[in-house]
Amino acid sequence: MKMVRALLLALCAVAWNAHAGRVVDDRGVALELPRPPQRIVTMLPSLTEMVCELGACDRLVGLDDYSNWPAQVRQLPRLGGLDDTNIERVIALKPDLVLLASSSRAVGRLEALGIKVATLEPKTLSDLRRVWAQLAQVLEVPDGPARWQRLEAGVDAAARRLPPALRGTTVYFEVNSAPYAASEDSFIGELLARIGVVNVVPGKLGPFPKLNPEFVVRADPQVIMISDYDARALNTRPGWGRIRAVRDGRICFFDAEQGDVLVRAGPRMAQAVQLMVDCLAKRSAAR
Amino acid sequence: MSPLRSPLTLALWLLAASLLLCIAGVGVGSLGWEPVWTRNGDASAAILWDIRLPRTLGAWLAGALLGLAGAVAQGLFRNPLADPYLLGSATGAALGVAVLLVLIGASPMAASSWVARLGLTGAAFGGAVAAVLVTLGLAKGVQHTLRLLLAGVVVGMVFGAFAALVMFWVPDIMRAMQAFLLGTTGFLGWGSVGLLAAIFIVNLAAAVMFSRALDALSLGDTTAQSLGVALGPVRVVLIGVMALATGAAVAQVGLIAFIGLVAPHLVRAAVKPTHRWLLPLAALAGGVLLLAADVLARWLLAPRELPVGVLTAVLGGGYLLWLMHRRPL
Repeated sequence: MKMVRALLLALCAVAWNAHAGRVVDDRGVALELPRPPQRIVTMLPSLTEMVCELGACDRLVGLDDYSNWPAQVRQLPRLGGLDDTNIERVIALKPDLVLLASSSRAVGRLEALGIKVATLEPKTLSDLRRVWAQLAQVLEVPDGPARWQRLEAGVDAAARRLPPALRGTTVYFEVNSAPYAASEDSFIGELLARIGVVNVVPGKLGPFPKLNPEFVVRADPQVIMISDYDARALNTRPGWGRIRAVRDGRICFFDAEQGDVLVRAGPRMAQAVQLMVDCLAKRSAAR
Repeated sequence: MSPLRSPLTLALWLLAASLLLCIAGVGVGSLGWEPVWTRNGDASAAILWDIRLPRTLGAWLAGALLGLAGAVAQGLFRNPLADPYLLGSATGAALGVAVLLVLIGASPMAASSWVARLGLTGAAFGGAVAAVLVTLGLAKGVQHTLRLLLAGVVVGMVFGAFAALVMFWVPDIMRAMQAFLLGTTGFLGWGSVGLLAAIFIVNLAAAVMFSRALDALSLGDTTAQSLGVALGPVRVVLIGVMALATGAAVAQVGLIAFIGLVAPHLVRAAVKPTHRWLLPLAALAGGVLLLAADVLARWLLAPRELPVGVLTAVLGGGYLLWLMHRRPL
């Protein structure tokens, strides 16, 4: 009996998976859509970028305040941020699907008002692949896997542009001057690993650990990358003048737009890798 | 519990604790506990000398300034709930930092501009002093304690609201602001230590000089006046001490809460001194508290760091609650 039930369940699962309009989101909630969504609201920049990259940009009707890529989404109505989502304006747009980050407070409210909600939050490379597949399914984009392969190929091509002599360079990536670093476990760390350089912050500290500044002095990285434009001048930090990267001037400050590309776990990862490779190559040439 | 200790004994205890914590502070680094005497090579000597020692001394001094300012505030306002941020300096500093972060953000990489040179330290100090001056202006000088208190609370709220507004307009600065609001002792260098030490010595001398006036003030304004205390000059000097001490501490380590409030109470829980003793003892207690929090902050999760402000609240508040449980204050 048990076996029959398991078999039935498995059959059902196969049948459901075949139905394109069904997806299980990050909360484990299954979402049933009668037809592919035509009026989509995204409340996370990386989700906006993915929807557009999947060729469904014209189905977007509203966005969060921070989505700014690609250029064609800039005219769309803005509906607030993670914590101050303007529920009323979301409802007024009559969306048939709202894509949200898992941490958003608007989820319960929107569902209570009868809006279809999916929470998807890519944080790592594998998350990104999974969310990509889920989105492709929901949007009924047939060549989702092929497009993903192209993204991956782009990353590999960009990574190969690093001069072989620079492989194994030690890098410290700072996302905030507290200082919070991007460890091996973060999306940024995964991209650094793809390039073949060594992140001095190990993954066991969590994706974005707040570090003792002394740790960086000890690790003595060869290159420092900083995505936070309000970082304090590095050589005024006590003891940081001795770090190889500071001594040799091998420090890259990324501006806000480049910071978006690097920090968002989205489809622009090839561009992110290119930024890192350019930084490594240019700074070593300037030495 | 032990009989009431003399202030001198307590002072010696606190000094001994400071010394022990200094040794711990030099021994605890990004790898956790690693004693000084096992050091090897040139790099680790530099880490000791350039990073750990100034950080340790700086944390103690900042805590001492906050403790001193707290004791002055509680004496001056005759209110056990008074803390050094009472005149709006904390939110003033927060606003200064928020505005600076926005200005830097508006012109990224403007490393050579005056904005960057001023730095977070300068912005925080400027904001704190500005808020205190506005408070003094609203209270029409220092004559009326209650007016001063009320003006301080109002200015604190208004400046805080402005800071929140700036954060709302430019949410990019939120993470940097959060680091400042929780306080950090990670970037204290020798320059900061020198500045803090100079301000501490001046302020302690000035406060102790006026300690008899604070004793008289505890009997009420009129009694103090009849005892021959010139209230005007006393208030000016003591408010100057409070503003300068808090401004300097906040500028160097961010908004570390609770030390100014708790340090004097911790001292009073052990002894019942006059202000001549209370002021330096509160400074010592504040120093010990912040340094202990700093050492623990880098030790517990090394090489990660806890926000030091969280630990000061847990340590100071926890100890005070325990004392209150043992006997009513």
